[in-house]
Amino acid sequence: MMAKFLPLLVIAVVLFVVLNLAAGLIWVERRLLALWQDRYGPNRVGPFGLGQIVADSIKLFTKEDWIPPFADKPVFVLAPAIVVATALISFAVVPFAPGFVIADLNVGILFLLAMSSLGVYSVVLAGWSSNNKYSLLGGIRASAQMMSYEVFMGLALLGVVILAGSFRLTDIVEAQRGMWFVIPQFLGFILFLIAGVAETRRLPFDLAEAESELIAGFHSEYSGMKFGMFFVGEYIGVILISATIALLFFGGWLGPVLPPAFWFGAKTMFFICLFILFRAGLPRPRFDQLMSWGWKVLLPLALINLLVTGAVVLARR
Amino acid sequence: MLSLVRSLWEVFRHAFARRVTVQYPEQKAYLSPRYRGRIVLTRDPDGGERCVACNLCAVACPVDCISLQATEDEHGRRYPEFFRINFSRCIFCGFCEEACPTYAIQLTPDTEMGEYKRKNLVYEKEDLMIDGPGKYPDYNFWRVAGVAIGGKDKGQAEKELVPVDTHSLLP
Repeated sequence: MMAKFLPLLVIAVVLFVVLNLAAGLIWVERRLLALWQDRYGPNRVGPFGLGQIVADSIKLFTKEDWIPPFADKPVFVLAPAIVVATALISFAVVPFAPGFVIADLNVGILFLLAMSSLGVYSVVLAGWSSNNKYSLLGGIRASAQMMSYEVFMGLALLGVVILAGSFRLTDIVEAQRGMWFVIPQFLGFILFLIAGVAETRRLPFDLAEAESELIAGFHSEYSGMKFGMFFVGEYIGVILISATIALLFFGGWLGPVLPPAFWFGAKTMFFICLFILFRAGLPRPRFDQLMSWGWKVLLPLALINLLVTGAVVLARR
Repeated sequence: MLSLVRSLWEVFRHAFARRVTVQYPEQKAYLSPRYRGRIVLTRDPDGGERCVACNLCAVACPVDCISLQATEDEHGRRYPEFFRINFSRCIFCGFCEEACPTYAIQLTPDTEMGEYKRKNLVYEKEDLMIDGPGKYPDYNFWRVAGVAIGGKDKGQAEKELVPVDTHSLLP
């Protein structure tokens, strides 16, 4: 009986934590951006302005849910759901603590990469179905950017896989008992961080939205909770990439004294803050710069990293 | 690439910098005495009205938000029968203050005049009148002006000579 309900309980807890964290990030991001810009940010609603989360949600839910008459309706409605769904499904393989994981797949990393690739569909379909030039441009940019950055995102991870000898996320974390993989795989970590930012379409790689040139890019035509879904999906993506970095390069739940879930949460939070710092501090590159960087610099670096890692592991054997 | 890291570090250091926001309702920003805010009508040091209803402020006003009607009291002193400023039109340019020959109309460093009903922004004379002399504490127009009013004849103002009697032949 208990064994039957335990996975359901884990799913419920994971959903609760992830969705609440995604909503809370609205507040965290605004407060942190404000901190780095010498402002206060939302600090009026409730203690520390935490009520802002509730206020924002109520605002989004009560806004007019407008589908433009020229849009492709079914696709237009489906697109925001995909981004949230794929991002949430990815959490199925994320181990929060030893034993606390929904599905401990033996190809966990591949599953993560596959799900984040599917997330591209959301953006492309949103841009296409909106039937709007700016949205379409945003969608095209997103597809080009995410596909090219996905290539070396996977390659950057392979170094970790070689060192751990497994695709399973729990094995990878356990393999870091002696040393976090960020030390032997520092280049891989940097590459994955860059690819991860591009993958979540966060600043400085938010060329799909680029409000100063494409208005809001792929979600120009979205309003109300459909827009909110893109927002939540983006935040879940940020949490996911941060959690992945923590798992693959910083020893996941491993840490002294305190409970494993705390270490995992703390490391994830650190990278979420780093994502927000990127937004606060970095300018957006031009699109051709972004693409040539991806293909001409980062991809060869990822390949070299993979080759060197493989050679070292082979030579040591 | 290194410059990106440097700018990230620079931004991060701002976490420990002083925040520039003024938490408005609790803390108030300093407004200088010459700030152009709510308009008031001031009084003489004696407590009499300074405004002589010359209409210069109404003429100077670029948005025509000042309306007044001149009248005279039993001593021959001109004063406004009504004086009305529509603050929903006022742009706080301060031209009325510059135009005023008697320092009666003055702008104050007060900006908190929010209202829920627009018509409440139309200030009547009793809303505009204050009890003090404003920015010019010693100035009294009727004491320095060479106009005869009840209780003060020609030549009795400050620094004013007695008028020359043109009908007399004496030197």
